[in-house]
Amino acid sequence: MTTQRFLLKSGKVLGADTADLLISNGRIEAMSASITDETATVIDLKGSVVLPGLVDLHTHLREPGREDSETVASASRAGAKGGFTALSAMANTSPVADTAGVVEQVYRLGQEAGLVDVFPIGAVTQGLKGEQLSEIGAMTDSVARVRVFSDDGNCVFDPLVMRRALEYIKKFDGVIAQHAQEPRLTIGSQMNEGIVSSQLGLKGWPAIAEEAIIARDVLLADHVQSRLHICHITTAGGVEIIRWAKARGIQVTAEVTPHHLLLTDDLASSYDPVFKVNPPLRTERDVSALREALADGTIDIVATDHAPHTSETKDCEWAQASFGMIGLETALSIVTKTMVESGLLDWVGVAQRMSTAPALIGRYANHGQQLVVGAPAHITVINPTKSWVVDRDLVLSKSRNTPYHGYELPGLVTHTFFAGQATMLDSKVTDKAVQ
Amino acid sequence: MSVALSAQDISRALTRISHEILEKNHGSSEITVLGIPTRGAHLAARIAAIMSSIEGKEIAHGTLDITLYRDDLRLRAPRAIMPTFIPPIGIQGRDVILIDDVLYSGRTIRAALDALGEVGRPRTVQLAVLVDRGHRQLPIRADFVGKNLPTSEKQSVRVSLTEIDGVDEVVIEGEAN
Amino acid sequence: MRHLLSINDLSATDAIGILDTATELARINDGQVKKLPTLRGRTIVNLFAEDSTRTRISFEAAAKRLSADVINFSAKGSSLSKGESLKDTAQTLQAMGADAVVIRHSASGAAQRLADLEWMSGSVINAGDGTHEHPSQALLDAFTIRKHLGKGASDLKGLRIAIVGDVLHSRVARSNVLLLSMLGADVVLVAPPTLMPVGVESWPATISYDFDAVVPNVDAIMMLRVQQERMSDLFFPNSREYSRYFGLNSERMSAMAKHAIVMHPGPMNRGLEIAADVADSARSVIVEQVTNGVNVRMAILYVLLAGGPLEVGSN
Repeated sequence: MTTQRFLLKSGKVLGADTADLLISNGRIEAMSASITDETATVIDLKGSVVLPGLVDLHTHLREPGREDSETVASASRAGAKGGFTALSAMANTSPVADTAGVVEQVYRLGQEAGLVDVFPIGAVTQGLKGEQLSEIGAMTDSVARVRVFSDDGNCVFDPLVMRRALEYIKKFDGVIAQHAQEPRLTIGSQMNEGIVSSQLGLKGWPAIAEEAIIARDVLLADHVQSRLHICHITTAGGVEIIRWAKARGIQVTAEVTPHHLLLTDDLASSYDPVFKVNPPLRTERDVSALREALADGTIDIVATDHAPHTSETKDCEWAQASFGMIGLETALSIVTKTMVESGLLDWVGVAQRMSTAPALIGRYANHGQQLVVGAPAHITVINPTKSWVVDRDLVLSKSRNTPYHGYELPGLVTHTFFAGQATMLDSKVTDKAVQ
Repeated sequence: MSVALSAQDISRALTRISHEILEKNHGSSEITVLGIPTRGAHLAARIAAIMSSIEGKEIAHGTLDITLYRDDLRLRAPRAIMPTFIPPIGIQGRDVILIDDVLYSGRTIRAALDALGEVGRPRTVQLAVLVDRGHRQLPIRADFVGKNLPTSEKQSVRVSLTEIDGVDEVVIEGEAN
Repeated sequence: MRHLLSINDLSATDAIGILDTATELARINDGQVKKLPTLRGRTIVNLFAEDSTRTRISFEAAAKRLSADVINFSAKGSSLSKGESLKDTAQTLQAMGADAVVIRHSASGAAQRLADLEWMSGSVINAGDGTHEHPSQALLDAFTIRKHLGKGASDLKGLRIAIVGDVLHSRVARSNVLLLSMLGADVVLVAPPTLMPVGVESWPATISYDFDAVVPNVDAIMMLRVQQERMSDLFFPNSREYSRYFGLNSERMSAMAKHAIVMHPGPMNRGLEIAADVADSARSVIVEQVTNGVNVRMAILYVLLAGGPLEVGSN
């Protein structure tokens, strides 16, 4: 099958050396200072930065079961818009992804949409109930080749269940991605527990409820010598525990969402549930600690926790509203704003945090590779000199619950290539069906 | 700007009005004097004091705030409510003398009549004003007038009283045409 | 000012203006005039998504005394209880031509959502939203305190007020702390540590776990209602222990300063946070708070609705 050839001219690869890249047959065919090719479509990338295709390790695709808020297809389009070439479908669908059947269904839906690789995540426990292990082996053997397991949405709160899960996945080279939230300390919680929650009369979600689970689980991971990943870390205390654990050689990785790198709990003062998210937005002190940790590698990756919700579940009083924000389309811009513009991370670091490291954790062999000749052509192009204004009515996701409506963000993602095919050109996502 | 009434003019007018009220009502025994705040209330106190020294006895007097009865409330920001004090003898069956500083459109007095209607049923309601500047919008007239001041609608009449403004005078501001 | 959602919507001048207006209205109401024409032709809707008798009746009486038309929309049996959203309810009210909505709701921030989202164009008055605020209650409490202890001053400077009980879940406490401190009073909060909010150190009030130490040194004690459910949620072991340490019993009442008054927003749990004989004592202004509530709510309705939109240069 012949596909289009693309010649990407004069982009800064990883923000450093300017180079031309020739993409053909799904791979990088050539890469050097100056390439000429009559048959290729030429794209001028002067002033832009070329990154390996972004990999999201935490995405809620809502299909099967909540297709009113998002489908695999619409999330794929949103992902392509944001520069992603791989998404990881969290298991809290309906039915839950706790069997080979469901993960294979999600995998095939991703293939059909054809804009990104969709890697299903399997539930740790049956029905996410936290009691019995799900069919982890069957899911790893399935077509979906699941390696990441998570009850996200719920915490695996029972220490015995968590121990068994960590032990069991060792056979399968798996990793347990924990949503760290002690349920007994967060009954009915609505937002971060602190000064703002006391003024607003909203029940608090204390930082200790996250820190206590992280502390327990890194010790468990050490004890059984298994791989642990902490989802969406939000607390300065949690960061310190991860740092301590890594210093001891414990196999723990951690992710932070873009919104936790920027937004704080005082935004809840408007009672607008677009800012309601689990885990909640926290304080300036936490935001600073998270940025530093992402810079020094204590936090390994950025993951969006893209959580679409229909408008009636957000267009209401706070206590009634669902938790979650969409984030695929704004992720790289938020990281540009919070980490690159502040000098905390360069583009090499961004590539590491948003492509290479997540691919490694998830064992996604084709993704996050170095941009060299022969590598798969999963490529993201961002123009850091252009800014853009977020308009919730123009998002490609089926849901509009973005906290950034009206914000001007730096860095416009202009082109995305998935296995050598252009999924986005000039900031417009191409419709695979048309090709 | 021109001074229409000096302090002495005002004093003479109030004395004359006080005599006229007593003459028309055959004495003070059935009279309740009610001033409309802010300046009408002060004028009412003065008139009551003058009448008291003429008659040699106390005159029933108080204040009647009409803010809550105005028909133009929605045109401006909400106004502060002023005190209303009806003397113990009340107004039922008595002759109420309303006192205000300037009579203009007549709407204030209309509101005062509504306010009085809630309090009780006087035998008569009479009106004394320091200045009548014309341009009535309602069929309202004063029984006792300190001075008739023809004005154009472009002009404004400013009454100053010692109790609030430190000086007694009535001034017309603005051009006639 | 178009809405009254929180005490933070008022400056000290605004608040004193409301109290002064209420004072005048009280005098009028004490006299012969029972009805004023000021809000004739306006429609005020009581949207009570949470059960309440006294607050709803108080707002209803206030609106009717100003000749407004009142429509009551209460939770039980209404479409709200059948799952109609707040948004749809608000749009229905707008279609009915409501000039103002007095809303009580179990969700903190519900009044603000109603106002911000502009589902309707009238004024929104917060009659209690979840555990957030209850501004008209704080205003009537401040009115009551000023009347008894104010010594003719317009504000509450120098007065010491204790607010005692379940501060964590109390919208009355939150509004009162904001208003009383804004008017110059010193507020001390008394509660068991489990019922003090995290972050209370940032509030304009001092805190104490020792009720007996506070009792003799304050000019007013405001008792808050403690709900029975708090026991099962592990906030305190049982009612006996709660009453012993934080209840206003006759012993504590006799230790109060001679002039000091006892207040309660109601409804009371006689025997739990307040002893029956304290509630019925001469120091108690609890019944008067209800009367003051009507006058204060009339003042609020007057200030929000009687005037038109603010014009440049208007006083």
